[in-house]
Amino acid sequence: MSDHDYRPKSKVGQWFNDRLPLLTLANHLTDYPTPKNLNYWWTFGGILTFCLITQIITGLTLAMHYIAHADMAFESVEHIMRDVNYGWLIRYIHANGASMFFLAVYIHIFRSLFYGSYKAPREIIWIIGIIIYLLMMAAAFMGYVLPWGQMSFWGATVITNLFSAIPFVGEGIVTWLWGGYSVDNPTLTRFFTLHYLIPFLILGLVVLHIWALHVPGNNNPVGIDVKKPSKDTVPFHPYIVIKDGFALLMFMIVFAFFVFYAPNILGHADNYIEANPMVTPAHIVPEWYLLPFYAILRSVPDKLLGVVAMLSAILILAVLPWLDTSKIRSAVFRPLYKQFYWILVADVLILGYVGAMPAEGLYLLIARVATAYYFLHFLVILPVLGFKEKTLPVPLSITEPVLGGSTNLAAARNKESKIE
Amino acid sequence: MSEKKTKRRDFLFTATTAVGAVGAAAVVWPMIDQMNPDASVKALASTEVDVSALTPGNTLTVLWRGKPVFIRRRTQEEIDEARKVKMEDLIHPEKDEDRAKNPEWLVMLGVCTHLGCVPLNDKGDYNGWFCPCHGSHYDTSGRIRKGPAPLNMEVPKYEFVNANTIKIG
Repeated sequence: MSDHDYRPKSKVGQWFNDRLPLLTLANHLTDYPTPKNLNYWWTFGGILTFCLITQIITGLTLAMHYIAHADMAFESVEHIMRDVNYGWLIRYIHANGASMFFLAVYIHIFRSLFYGSYKAPREIIWIIGIIIYLLMMAAAFMGYVLPWGQMSFWGATVITNLFSAIPFVGEGIVTWLWGGYSVDNPTLTRFFTLHYLIPFLILGLVVLHIWALHVPGNNNPVGIDVKKPSKDTVPFHPYIVIKDGFALLMFMIVFAFFVFYAPNILGHADNYIEANPMVTPAHIVPEWYLLPFYAILRSVPDKLLGVVAMLSAILILAVLPWLDTSKIRSAVFRPLYKQFYWILVADVLILGYVGAMPAEGLYLLIARVATAYYFLHFLVILPVLGFKEKTLPVPLSITEPVLGGSTNLAAARNKESKIE
Repeated sequence: MSEKKTKRRDFLFTATTAVGAVGAAAVVWPMIDQMNPDASVKALASTEVDVSALTPGNTLTVLWRGKPVFIRRRTQEEIDEARKVKMEDLIHPEKDEDRAKNPEWLVMLGVCTHLGCVPLNDKGDYNGWFCPCHGSHYDTSGRIRKGPAPLNMEVPKYEFVNANTIKIG
């Protein structure tokens, strides 16, 4: 941070800032030097902040009408949908907001994977991000339980039973999580409490995520270190603010489409049937954003190993900065990695698809191959690629390929590194 | 500082830390244990079921501790099928004689040992139960034969109070 010498213009501002330097912080955030070649894939951080705030505000208003009790939860949700003024709107924004949140976070994560944003010196930003992602999954899962429909109940049963795979203490842990011998009222009330808490934990981690980001500054499509401030950077305000704002508007159009035209398309019809502990729905599926991990869980024929594989699939991301041995960050200059990157994207999409299908026959076979490839990518391909791959020459600065007409021109002009 | 004084400090430091750690643990435990089943949940430990209306080849499902319990009045064919299975063919070897003391009556938790779904009656490759969630097949004794579930369906503690009533729990 180079702006510690900032001094507010007004006397009152100076008086306040000497006692609590909030204006210095505000000045740092406005002037924050940002690489000038950031493309639209970099706007999802702002979009995700919007998603979090939206979920917190709609969640608070829903909590004013929702009743966390096994006998009343389902009816109170219907009450919100039919009786509460604009209750339908608030609930549809909240329910679809969860999906939009995950859509944005997946784009955000895959942007990081493409441009190598997780590499030194940004490992801590990345790890905080993975913790946020884990908390998001926990919050989404517990939120899905609250309407107390059939999918709520059986989703909760299946997911909490994952802990029973732990040797010796598993059953005890599951009983402790439930507060009984099955998913029931005590489970619902504690899930509501935690669902209320987690977004605020995420908010705190988002502050750390941004703080950690502002130490080295943003990565960029070329993936090289940028001198700040310099010809290669622009101030965050107004340049990035306007760009983020425009992307956010585009995103809100997609969001509004789901809320107003297809509010239930991402949900499951069975969740409009009240929870019944005597009958399991014929086909249990989690929400779409958890499907790839669900496919990994089901592809392993052993209970404990299935759970281990599923958890490893997420936790392996936390050590990614050390699994990827390549010194070059951006895939723009890594011709082989770029291809493996797109294979991984396809692999995850395939896992998501088979996760929604019954675990039998060809689907099971595909799920097994895709699961094996997922781990192969992170554990074998990435470490080896760092040593074997012939990378393209990297420009010395963001500006150089444009003004200097160097030999790197062609590479830097690649579609991912457009310069405004 | 003299050596004596340092030792005194060390003692105070260690003692304070130890008392603090014990105190913290004493406060943390109630916070954790409050999540375990409470007295009202534990109080619902047993239930009595009238099975007089159940004819052979049919299953009654009752709720016990929030979980479904299958009470199956088995036909002679089902009993024979369950009893002739060789132990080495079983994933979780248990004799049918031990699971159903009175061969006509099979009482077990209707909970799949994989991830807790309720298996469906008269389905699957072994004429017993089939779990729709992740495809576990159970035989006519409720033993796991195929699929991801690791164990047979659990037989709870139960007894015949009289000829028509079973007490579970």
